[in-house]
Amino acid sequence: MAEVSFEHVYKRFNDSTAVSDFNLEIADKEFLVLVGPSGCGKSTTLRMLAGLEEISDGEVKIGDRLVNDVAPRDRDIAMVFQSYALYPHMSVYDNMAFGLSLRGTPKQEIKRRVGEAAQILGIENMLDRKPKALSGGQRQRVALGRAIVREPAVFLFDEPLSNLDAKLRVQTRAEISKLHQRLGTTFIYVTHDQVEAMTMATRIAVMNLGVLQQVGTPQELYDQPVNQFVAGFMGSPAMNFFRATVGGTPDAVTVDTGSFSLNVPAGRATALRDYAEKEVILGIRPENIHDAAYVPTGLQTEVIEATVDITELMGNEIFLYLKAGNLSFLGRVDPRTEARPGNKVRVAFNMDEMHAFDPQTEESLTSSAPRPKTEAVAAVGIAVLDQSDVKPIGDDAGEPSTDLVPPITKGG
Amino acid sequence: MTIRAKVAATPATQPTTLKREEERSGAGPLSLFGKFLSKFSVHVILILIIVAWSVPTFALLVSSFREPADIARSGWWNALTGSWSFTLDNYDQVLSQRNMGRAFMNSLIISVPSTILSILVAAMAAYAFAWMRFPGRNMLFLLVVGMLVVPVQMTLIPVLRIYGDVTVDTQVPIIGGNLFGINSFPGMWVAHTAYGLPFAIFLLRNFFAALPRDLFESAYLDGASEVQVFFKIVLPLSGPALAALGIFQFLWIWNDLLIALIYMGDPELAPMTLAIRNLVSSFGTQYQFLTAAAFISMALPLLIFFALQRYFVQGVLAGSVKG
Amino acid sequence: MLWLLPALSLVAVFLVWPVIDTVRRSFMNSDSTKYVGFDNYRFIIDNPQPISADTHAALLNNLLWLVVFTGVTVALGLTIAVLAGRVRYEAFAKSAIFIPMAISFVAAAVIWRFMFELNPDQGTINAVVTKLGAEATPWLQDQGGPQTWFTNQGPQDWPQPFQINNFALISVGIWMWTGFAVVILSAGLKGISTEVLEAARVDGANEWQIFWRVIFPQIIPTMVVISTTLVIQALKNFDLVFVLTGGRYGTDIVATLFYKQSFVDRNFGVGAALAVVLLAFVVPIMLVSIRRFQAQEEAR
Repeated sequence: MAEVSFEHVYKRFNDSTAVSDFNLEIADKEFLVLVGPSGCGKSTTLRMLAGLEEISDGEVKIGDRLVNDVAPRDRDIAMVFQSYALYPHMSVYDNMAFGLSLRGTPKQEIKRRVGEAAQILGIENMLDRKPKALSGGQRQRVALGRAIVREPAVFLFDEPLSNLDAKLRVQTRAEISKLHQRLGTTFIYVTHDQVEAMTMATRIAVMNLGVLQQVGTPQELYDQPVNQFVAGFMGSPAMNFFRATVGGTPDAVTVDTGSFSLNVPAGRATALRDYAEKEVILGIRPENIHDAAYVPTGLQTEVIEATVDITELMGNEIFLYLKAGNLSFLGRVDPRTEARPGNKVRVAFNMDEMHAFDPQTEESLTSSAPRPKTEAVAAVGIAVLDQSDVKPIGDDAGEPSTDLVPPITKGG
Repeated sequence: MTIRAKVAATPATQPTTLKREEERSGAGPLSLFGKFLSKFSVHVILILIIVAWSVPTFALLVSSFREPADIARSGWWNALTGSWSFTLDNYDQVLSQRNMGRAFMNSLIISVPSTILSILVAAMAAYAFAWMRFPGRNMLFLLVVGMLVVPVQMTLIPVLRIYGDVTVDTQVPIIGGNLFGINSFPGMWVAHTAYGLPFAIFLLRNFFAALPRDLFESAYLDGASEVQVFFKIVLPLSGPALAALGIFQFLWIWNDLLIALIYMGDPELAPMTLAIRNLVSSFGTQYQFLTAAAFISMALPLLIFFALQRYFVQGVLAGSVKG
Repeated sequence: MLWLLPALSLVAVFLVWPVIDTVRRSFMNSDSTKYVGFDNYRFIIDNPQPISADTHAALLNNLLWLVVFTGVTVALGLTIAVLAGRVRYEAFAKSAIFIPMAISFVAAAVIWRFMFELNPDQGTINAVVTKLGAEATPWLQDQGGPQTWFTNQGPQDWPQPFQINNFALISVGIWMWTGFAVVILSAGLKGISTEVLEAARVDGANEWQIFWRVIFPQIIPTMVVISTTLVIQALKNFDLVFVLTGGRYGTDIVATLFYKQSFVDRNFGVGAALAVVLLAFVVPIMLVSIRRFQAQEEAR
């Protein structure tokens, strides 16, 4: 049984704080993915759990045991590293057997376990080779095998797929998921790739700037992001954001971006009731922007006119890079669209799926998902505004019209 | 071996404090290994080694600034405890009367042109070995590099015989000595260049070969000739390698005794090393002269070492196959 | 071909031809006037003049150099590289060890004559030794075995080559070459991936096991490179012995004996044969290291 818990965990390096007030309970047999942009503290968190990084403050428990001062070898964990970290001077067999032989496991038992793991991973025929003689994908398997034979209570993965090519990554993703089902152990997996997080996790924990932003199932994070960071991070292409002023009457609320105005459906209007005549940040995912001519039946939409900048055919859909007034945004529309670069097109916003965020705190006004307990969130709201590559909205209050959301940065 | 034993006997200290230490010094691979050693014993052992390594040179330096009578009567360490009658006389004596000034100049006249010449000749050959295709290229390269094993002493007699035949005893103005052959500076230049070639070619060829092929191909497409490629692309890109090699060649030539001993018998033309050796034979225990002279001969190498340490280390790493 | 001409002709005249000529003269008499077959090699094996030209002693001394000099330098280099990697003054420590490499053998000879000076009021080592209660000794001349000094008793002479002065000479060699080993080993240690060491920790290795089972096996190739260089250095070694003792007091090695035979005793035949013997030892080592180097190149 291996639940893992973090209680008020901090990691400080000299004068900077890499992880602050991190609280997380991970249930036994869970596949938890820790995701966030590079430098957000997710790897540090994992390494604290592994015992490779000292815990500055707080408590980390594996099972019921406090492990703050327990050496890595006594934590009953196994880890797969980004560079695989295979012992270059040992054969594949010895790489996998090393941990067991250090523990004095009988030879026969080692042989049995290595054999089993090799079979699961399909590397039986390369046990005598040195890591140098293996391809990237094969090395990856050996690294997995080295973890499997140890039969640990918790598996840790530190960006294990980032050195593989795109095709192999997709394939290995599925295999790791399968492995999780087969082994029935706790998996904790760190990645910067939200697609990996979405596809593999039973629960996702999003981090930014050392602070846990939201924990939940993939669907929950996608549908109910608790703040603008999570909303922008999960999903590709990223959500469109517009700075908008709430207007209209209490019965017919509108949001006005300066370039166009949209009616807010009653279901969403309640979230905005405290913001009458104030600014909010409006968020719409690209798949909720349709070509008005091909709106799926049953949707209540708001239609505006926009200019097509660029079109990208993806096969089953088309990405439209659109412009309305001074705002640019991205729509994922039906491939039958007649939109051509330079032309005007009528686009339909599915406002039932709109999100709204407070422009100061960046907290979601529309999400009902639980927020993580932390004292550090307020501080981060400000910090997010300072980080230029995360911030989709300009601070320059002078010209709201230039506050474009460039989803293009992630596009392609 | 005693050091090993000490290391092994050091008890492990509390892991938490050590982990903090490791954080601060940046956790490299070695800090992982040494975690169980107490920091303290690491410092003690290392400092003892550093002291042991530096004391000989330091003793020389201190003694060279002491009165001859003091040197004969008391150890150099006494100078550190207060009663140091500091003097520059030894240097004055050695430079003016013992001809060390002239010897220093001779060392320079031998070392600088030899270094430049050997790098130029080696660079040309290394370029050919690295980037030109001709039959027997690898065999020739191995032959040249194989010459690394030849002990220089072995070549002295045959070369001396050749030099005896080709000596031109016309005095060269300004620098002095014969025009070529025995007791001539040009003779030394050529000899040092030749002896340094195997290593220099080995080092430079490896460096040149590692330059990207595209670079040469695009230069040829742009219409550059071999000579232009060599001077405009290869040499400028090889700065670090040339610097490392230059330092090495210079130090070897500056520090050489044997070649000077055989080909440069004339005391007037002798470099520092030879002059000091002669001093040792005639004033075996008069350390005031020996220490000052030795330090003069070390000054330039040490200066170069400290100024260009980075290149020096690179050179060691690149040429670690040298014998 | 013009690119190679200067280099090749210099190498031919100054290196290739002398080697051929030396091999030829090793089969000739003392003034190279007539062929004498293997007489000179027989001289080296039979050692007929143990006083003026003790060929056996020279060979044994070379062997001692080879083993002790190489072994201690590599071991010490590894120790220092490991320790220096743990401290913040790593660069300083390494330069301190490395400095002797920049010094000429002649200057080193002056430095160490001064260190080894018999008078405890001058020689640093004898000053320390007498402070510790032992007897001062002329380190470079003392031909006794090390045990005679440690115990002041026992057999006065150990078999050649275990003489105190040989060890004194070798320690100067170690002083000069340890920096070389440190620099290369230190780079080798830094090249070991941190993640691999972390993997070993997670796998359950303690620090001692990490060193011996993960770090050490990975730097063995580096140590082989260093050892090769040092072995060749030990075999070719000439300057150090030449300037410190001139091969007197039983410290001759093959290279110094060669020099004496050729330039002092004018016995060119034996001299040349000694040089050829030396070469015969060095060449195979060099071949192996070149082969290994080429393999590395191809693997790159």
